[in-house]
Amino acid sequence: MTAIDSRSTIISNQWVNDEYKHMIIQVDEKAANVKPGQFFNLLCPQTQADKPFFRRPMSTYFANSQTGQVEFLYKVTGSGTRTLAELKTNDKLPVLGPLGKGFNLKDHYKHILVVGRGVGLATLAPLAEAAAEKNILVTALLSARNSDSLMSQARFLNVNANVIEVIDTDNSSRVENVEAIILAEHQKRPIDAMFTCGSTRLTKLLQKIAINHNIDGEVALEQHMACGIGMCYCCVKPFNIEGESQPRSKRVCIDGPVFDIKEFMA
Amino acid sequence: MSDLSVDINGLILNNPIMPASGTFDKELSDIIDFNQLGAIVTKTFTADKRAGNPVPRACELPNAMLNAIGIPSKGLNNYIEQTVPYYQQYTSPLITSISANTATDFGLLAAKLDMVDGITAIEANISCPNIEAHGKAFAMEADSTAKVVKELRKATTLPLWVKLTPNTGDIISVAKAAQEYGADAVIVGNTVLGMAIDINTRRPKLGNIMGGLSGPAIKPIMIRMVYQCYKNINIPIIGCGGITTVDDVIEYFLAGSSAVQVGTANFIEPSTMSNIIDGLQAYCQQNNITRLRDLTGAIIDEKFAAIDALPY
Repeated sequence: MTAIDSRSTIISNQWVNDEYKHMIIQVDEKAANVKPGQFFNLLCPQTQADKPFFRRPMSTYFANSQTGQVEFLYKVTGSGTRTLAELKTNDKLPVLGPLGKGFNLKDHYKHILVVGRGVGLATLAPLAEAAAEKNILVTALLSARNSDSLMSQARFLNVNANVIEVIDTDNSSRVENVEAIILAEHQKRPIDAMFTCGSTRLTKLLQKIAINHNIDGEVALEQHMACGIGMCYCCVKPFNIEGESQPRSKRVCIDGPVFDIKEFMA
Repeated sequence: MSDLSVDINGLILNNPIMPASGTFDKELSDIIDFNQLGAIVTKTFTADKRAGNPVPRACELPNAMLNAIGIPSKGLNNYIEQTVPYYQQYTSPLITSISANTATDFGLLAAKLDMVDGITAIEANISCPNIEAHGKAFAMEADSTAKVVKELRKATTLPLWVKLTPNTGDIISVAKAAQEYGADAVIVGNTVLGMAIDINTRRPKLGNIMGGLSGPAIKPIMIRMVYQCYKNINIPIIGCGGITTVDDVIEYFLAGSSAVQVGTANFIEPSTMSNIIDGLQAYCQQNNITRLRDLTGAIIDEKFAAIDALPY
């Protein structure tokens, strides 16, 4: 990992719907050399109303190392994202990144499944694109509360992913239904690896399928962080490591945020 | 060029800037040049492995951080085999921060470090709970400070820095005890015990319920304690608490510090220490300060004239 401390410039920061904003920043080309699943730690400005103190970790929605542009999709929920939401074109935003370990697309994969919910979809969209570049077929199972909350479909469709949408309002997002869909897809065309982000329930489901069917799997996790580079030890989680009798702590920022799904502990 | 070097009881540092233990690790080498630092202070470790506290381990407050990390430790052997060799590639002196549950254990740990090549000094983090005193931190009282520093002094010939806590009612007596029993320097101070509650969930914001407050919000408390210690002891004081700028460093010097530790700011702005070192040189040149160490205790602290009038 090489973390780069940059003072980025806001290119645009637009609402996508009532809750989410899409921000494009300009960093140098080196900092924009991002692997899907990696994140930046953003120094949110302080305003009259909100005084965020820590940086906010945010996974990249898109990054182009040629142009130096990096994009984020974020839900405006707390003091940090509220002040981010106020940033205008040409404002400066200190960012640290890219940070952490991203997803691993192994060369022998022919068909992968990505399963995302909510803002987790933003983390998985670049992975689908990276897979397409390697001629890996992508099945994208997108989950949300309702159809209005589904985002990023275009990103998956653009890479010819097999897109399956499930939502809470018609009960199609129930874990049992999602399981049946995944197993049917696996029956049709074997899945070599599964990747997920954004839901503990879906992660546990994928973990079960990964173990029962001996399929590779990775999950991108979230955790409150302070430094984002491994110094503060705030973002630890326990993991089950193969061959070890006791769980072991890992730092989500530097040991992850992407982990082997078999290690995941709810 | 101004002289930024400082003298910590015979140990000369190129400049007064070093990290506070627990806020620094090798990952920062991506961002700053470790050879620039006056000293390197590693994360506090204990003799044995320990897990640390449950999450959430930290929460943010206005201009401050509340944390209860709980000193997760990979143990002494890991420190000697992995950490010390890593830092030998750098020229900055390595200060080893240690913690233990009893005065005897502190001594045993320090003795094992005494002959390790590559360690310049020991920082004893005596703000940790003293198991023999029902979990009260050693540095909360002069007696327990005396006891632990005595054991440490017997155990090591290395320079001994003792990190005090603001969670005492009598910092002067504690600092005097550290001096009397052989500390080469004291660090003033550590985090301030605090607590925060989420009013929606009605639960504490930290997994350990209480934790240590750090960051700019606590700086006035630490400046006061550095000032009080400077007036009452003769060993060097290393100031610590809420430093983010060159101005903060100068303030700590005027209060009586001979060097400073930068902590929470490293999490928020990882180039803080590097920026301060560059800025200190500029500050000294602009203010015709040839030797930074001359600022230690240089506060003009005559009381202002009394009001010569009746009340109101």
